[in-house]
Amino acid sequence: MAELLLEVKNLKVQFATEDGIVQAVDDISFELERGKVLGIVGESGSGKSVTSMTLMGLTRGVNARFGGEVLYKGADLLKVSDRDMQNYRGNELGMIFQDPMTSLNPVYRIGDQIIEAIQAHEKVGKRAARARTVELLRQVGIPNPETRVDDFPHQFSGGMRQRAMIAIALSCNPAVLIADEPTTALDVTIQAQIVELIGRLKDDFDSAVIFITHDLGVIAEIADEIIVMYAGRVVERGTKRDIFYDPQHPYTWGLLGSIPRLDRPRPERLHTIEGLPPSLINLPQGCKFRPRCPHAFEKCFEEPALESRVEVPGHLDRCWLDVEYKRAHRDETINPGSAEAA
Amino acid sequence: MTADGQAGESAETLLLQVRHVKKYFPIRKGLLQREVAHVHAVDDVSFEVRAGETLGLVGESGCGKSTLGRTLIRLLEPTAGEIIFQGAHIEKLGRRRLRPLRSEMQMVFQDPYASLNPRKRVGTIVSDPMRIHNLGNRAEQKRRVGEILETVGLSPEHYNRFPHEFSGGQRQRIGIARALALRPKLIIADEPVSALDVSIQSQMLNLLDELQNELQLTYIFIAHDLGVVRHVSDRIAVMYLGKIVELSPAEELYTRPIMPYTEALLSAVPIPDPDLAEKRQRIVLEGDVPSPINPPSGCRFHPRCRYATDICKQVEPPLVDYGNTHLAACHHPLNVDEETLRKAQVAEEESPAAADDTALPQDTSGASDPVGAPSTPDTHSR
Repeated sequence: MAELLLEVKNLKVQFATEDGIVQAVDDISFELERGKVLGIVGESGSGKSVTSMTLMGLTRGVNARFGGEVLYKGADLLKVSDRDMQNYRGNELGMIFQDPMTSLNPVYRIGDQIIEAIQAHEKVGKRAARARTVELLRQVGIPNPETRVDDFPHQFSGGMRQRAMIAIALSCNPAVLIADEPTTALDVTIQAQIVELIGRLKDDFDSAVIFITHDLGVIAEIADEIIVMYAGRVVERGTKRDIFYDPQHPYTWGLLGSIPRLDRPRPERLHTIEGLPPSLINLPQGCKFRPRCPHAFEKCFEEPALESRVEVPGHLDRCWLDVEYKRAHRDETINPGSAEAA
Repeated sequence: MTADGQAGESAETLLLQVRHVKKYFPIRKGLLQREVAHVHAVDDVSFEVRAGETLGLVGESGCGKSTLGRTLIRLLEPTAGEIIFQGAHIEKLGRRRLRPLRSEMQMVFQDPYASLNPRKRVGTIVSDPMRIHNLGNRAEQKRRVGEILETVGLSPEHYNRFPHEFSGGQRQRIGIARALALRPKLIIADEPVSALDVSIQSQMLNLLDELQNELQLTYIFIAHDLGVVRHVSDRIAVMYLGKIVELSPAEELYTRPIMPYTEALLSAVPIPDPDLAEKRQRIVLEGDVPSPINPPSGCRFHPRCRYATDICKQVEPPLVDYGNTHLAACHHPLNVDEETLRKAQVAEEESPAAADDTALPQDTSGASDPVGAPSTPDTHSR
């Protein structure tokens, strides 16, 4: 077993707002080993970004309340001081943000922004930091890094800016790389380049990756383990094969069925998840997916725990339905085309 | 596709004909604001849209698909070319004569947050088009708004609400309601679902599909997501750097791509099936789309194409019909057997490529992407 880098136990994040308490993340647990990629899937408002930002200590504030533990190599990141957090951030945990267009400062040169990140964490001279910056840009695939290092962000294309962001995240050699929707703003051809790059860098830098996305296709390519989030909770968790070939939660089925897929014949209609995700201030009673779930029954007014209900030990879900029933009925949701043909 | 508009299909079934449309944006520099170069956003595009069909328009960002969409309904003035809507030339019409036609072609925009005026109530947003076109009195307008809101899956009680009270998906429904207010024939939908979550996206795609059946609408559906485009389209046009490089019946584009760019685009789409994803041969395109200010000579795709030879650098390939109304512009067509290759004729005589490049100064190095430079060390397939 590889080295355990990150262990999140029953993490809770709440924000006090004028309208009430927002339960952004409720009772999330996972482990991350060196060399692995953990995928977190969910729609907007599911809590996936709040989770990642909490790991980085970016959600700290007067209105934020935390519960549970975030153990990085044994130290609880929720308890360390703001100053100590600064050492973890960058050196141990690096983050790639979603929007490469707005995450870079337009009035500073690309190189200077990377040098700044290096010098913020290490005592190195300007010249040494610059040499490392050029090397980093080369590693993330920027052509002619010696000259491009002095470009401004507007001289870079979207894909190159995302590469520069990755270079910043990697600048201090972090053991955990958190990528929050790193390809969402990019074209498919560039997305393919970036996904491949992150996979390769993970091996080169011998790190672990948390890859957050709403795109199940991207997850299928890069992740080892997958967490499906809904309304701040984990509704299903398992290996990539568990989630794609034996999905247990109706929300996971809905996600799989809503995407128009190139690898299957075109269905007459796509599956839709009716309704809207619930407000995080006023969550429904019981299972949070109940109001939108076509399979809901009386028992769903009581919230199911996240536990193993199938033969595979690591495969957990939050659903009361009988496993046999689920296996018999999920295909009409996941693959609406096949149901019509049958 | 017929050779010359009049023959073959009657004007009734052909809703829109686009012939050699170009849209260049001037780049001005210096004190006198002289035009020093042009962005070739749309460069000599021709196609037809039949009544009742959905034409998908795909391509990467910057390929000119949105500009083309806006040019077609004259939100942008075409630099050259003809746009024929229901048999009438509309490329030169003045404002006043264009107005009645506007009610027949409407647009649905990408960003449901930016395309609705936050100070106006839903009722006003949806009834404004009717007010502008003097359709009915206020009571009739109000009744019609209620009807349309119901058609798109909202409730008539939403009349007095403001856009911020709605979620992204609901806002996009308001945008669609506004487009439907004048009972248009043609709707140009510019990335209507790309800002939405997957579960909401599928609701929207199904809604657009139902509306098309009920109201006999014709769509031009602009999107970058090849899965979405395949789901909605009857025919698909692939654009690259301002040109249509392939135009094909929807299903055939996916099973038999002819242009190498289409092949690469398809192989870049991630497939939500781990086993298939692993088995699949991936063509990772290197580099970025070149700058449309100074597009590459010959075939515009040649710097990134793995099949490119000398001829691709020099001669621009014309759009050729490879049978079954499947057109592609390529010197080295894929998935074509020799017989079809022999039979294939030039679809329509293309305007000479050279004419586009003359008179355009080459001194705009500026902030462009590294065109020919093989940029990434990413390898071809995994």
